[in-house]
Amino acid sequence: MSEQASGFKLPYPAIDPLECKACGRCIAACPKKVIRMGQKLNARGYTFAEYLGEGCIGCLNCFYVCPEPNAIAVHVDAKEAR
Amino acid sequence: MEKVIQTRGLYKTFPRKGGSAQTATHYCPGCEHGVLHKLIGEALADLGLQDRTVVISPVGCSVFAYYYFDTGNIQVAHGRAAAVGTGISRTKNDAVVISYQGDGDLASIGLNETLQAANRGEKIAVFFVNNTVYGMTGGQMAPTTLVGEKTETSPEGRDPLQAGYPLHMAELISQLKAPVYIARVSFSNMAKLRQARQAIRKALEIQRDGKGYAFVEVLMACPTNQKMNVEAAIRFVSEQMEAEYPLGVLRDRSGEAKTLVRAESDYRKETLDRLLHLDTDRAPDAKLDPSARTVSVKMAGFGGQGVLSMGVILARTACAAGKFVSWYPSYGPEQRGGTANCGVVISGQPVGSPVVAEADVLVAMNRPSLEKFAGEVKPGGLLIYNAAIGEFAAPAGVRVLAVPAQELAKQGGSPRASNTAMVGVLAALGGFGLPDAVYREAIATHFSGKESVVKQNEAVFELARQWGAKQKP
Repeated sequence: MSEQASGFKLPYPAIDPLECKACGRCIAACPKKVIRMGQKLNARGYTFAEYLGEGCIGCLNCFYVCPEPNAIAVHVDAKEAR
Repeated sequence: MEKVIQTRGLYKTFPRKGGSAQTATHYCPGCEHGVLHKLIGEALADLGLQDRTVVISPVGCSVFAYYYFDTGNIQVAHGRAAAVGTGISRTKNDAVVISYQGDGDLASIGLNETLQAANRGEKIAVFFVNNTVYGMTGGQMAPTTLVGEKTETSPEGRDPLQAGYPLHMAELISQLKAPVYIARVSFSNMAKLRQARQAIRKALEIQRDGKGYAFVEVLMACPTNQKMNVEAAIRFVSEQMEAEYPLGVLRDRSGEAKTLVRAESDYRKETLDRLLHLDTDRAPDAKLDPSARTVSVKMAGFGGQGVLSMGVILARTACAAGKFVSWYPSYGPEQRGGTANCGVVISGQPVGSPVVAEADVLVAMNRPSLEKFAGEVKPGGLLIYNAAIGEFAAPAGVRVLAVPAQELAKQGGSPRASNTAMVGVLAALGGFGLPDAVYREAIATHFSGKESVVKQNEAVFELARQWGAKQKP
């Protein structure tokens, strides 16, 4: 996944800026409101969702509602993962 | 230890898609096809089914589903997924067959096959995407469009007096006895999405265990064609679509259903001969002889002239003589008086096509047939016709003979046997290389049970054969 993902504390969503189509479903589905729509455009011409950097609880909502197969992966602690 | 939750069961990149963005789907932003693809892919990966799975892509926005699923894939004609799925499931007993279809594909053009496949309890997991609108073609009304819903073809909203009511597929299928599992789900909030995930898994577990038909209707947003932003499109699903189409599991017999084992199809020759009461002595295996000439015969007349029987007698003769042979009739709906023709192909090799477009031999019993087919005789071919037709301008380069078929039949003692007279002339002049004795056996077989008729037809055949041997067409 993207460079942006590295350095966050587990759990966190790794959002690939190139793959996001800016539909906003992850933002609506996030119970902690820690994803926002960015202002910049990616190479394909879409704005893209960004993780605020902290507050993720690893619920996976953003992963499951995201329609793009390669846009979101969620990094979690293996011990806590189901 | 870190664990990464990511998409599984789909390809990492989509080279079949071509173009520059081979890691992105072709779906519009906010379209839920991708959500369903991911859930199916995840379940297939978790259940270890990818190598056993064939995903059938439909016609519709998901026509390119085969870009994405890391499984066997096939894309089929509009609405035909149930028929093709049946074929795959029955030839590959261990296959996990998924048909992925939208509301136009499944509920409109494919409705018949969908119901028939469900009624047969085919081993197929059907994922039916209902977004109440035709997506690929640009937002026309679907069978599932809600009353009052505006589409390109219902600009003032669907009027049930004009266009009927929304079609409830899950309920329709639940009227049938065979399906094992029927559910309707949506992704309009996280709780419902997780229930959808369970339903998808269940449908695939049923396929893993070979238990039968599973139908999962997925209510989906189509922000593009509903002309809404994603948020409003999802609200449309939860507030309006779900009011018309209630979510839930309509049937779950996965617990009591047993693995479905169908009898093996047996196409061995001896089995078919037994089932069809064929006398193997009279229909021996054909002998391969690539050096033998392939002869195409067209026989035509009006219904009642025995044109089809004539062809059958010739085909039986060739068959009994160890040739490869086909007999292919074509006739109108009338039992008598309509037009009829048949093609007979006799060969030393398996017959590729039974259609006779160009004939080596034409037998015409009436004028319309003669005029229709005379031009289709190959140069140097033989054209024999019923002399009762009268004057006829024969095409150049073809050997032509008028046969007094009715007189020969009368002399032989069976005025109705003009067709047998023609067979006699063919035996003499057709150049098929079939022994006369085998013709007589075929006539006896054809009319078996009616001894006097057999005798009369044998007499007509012999008379006509001798007459034919004296002619020089």
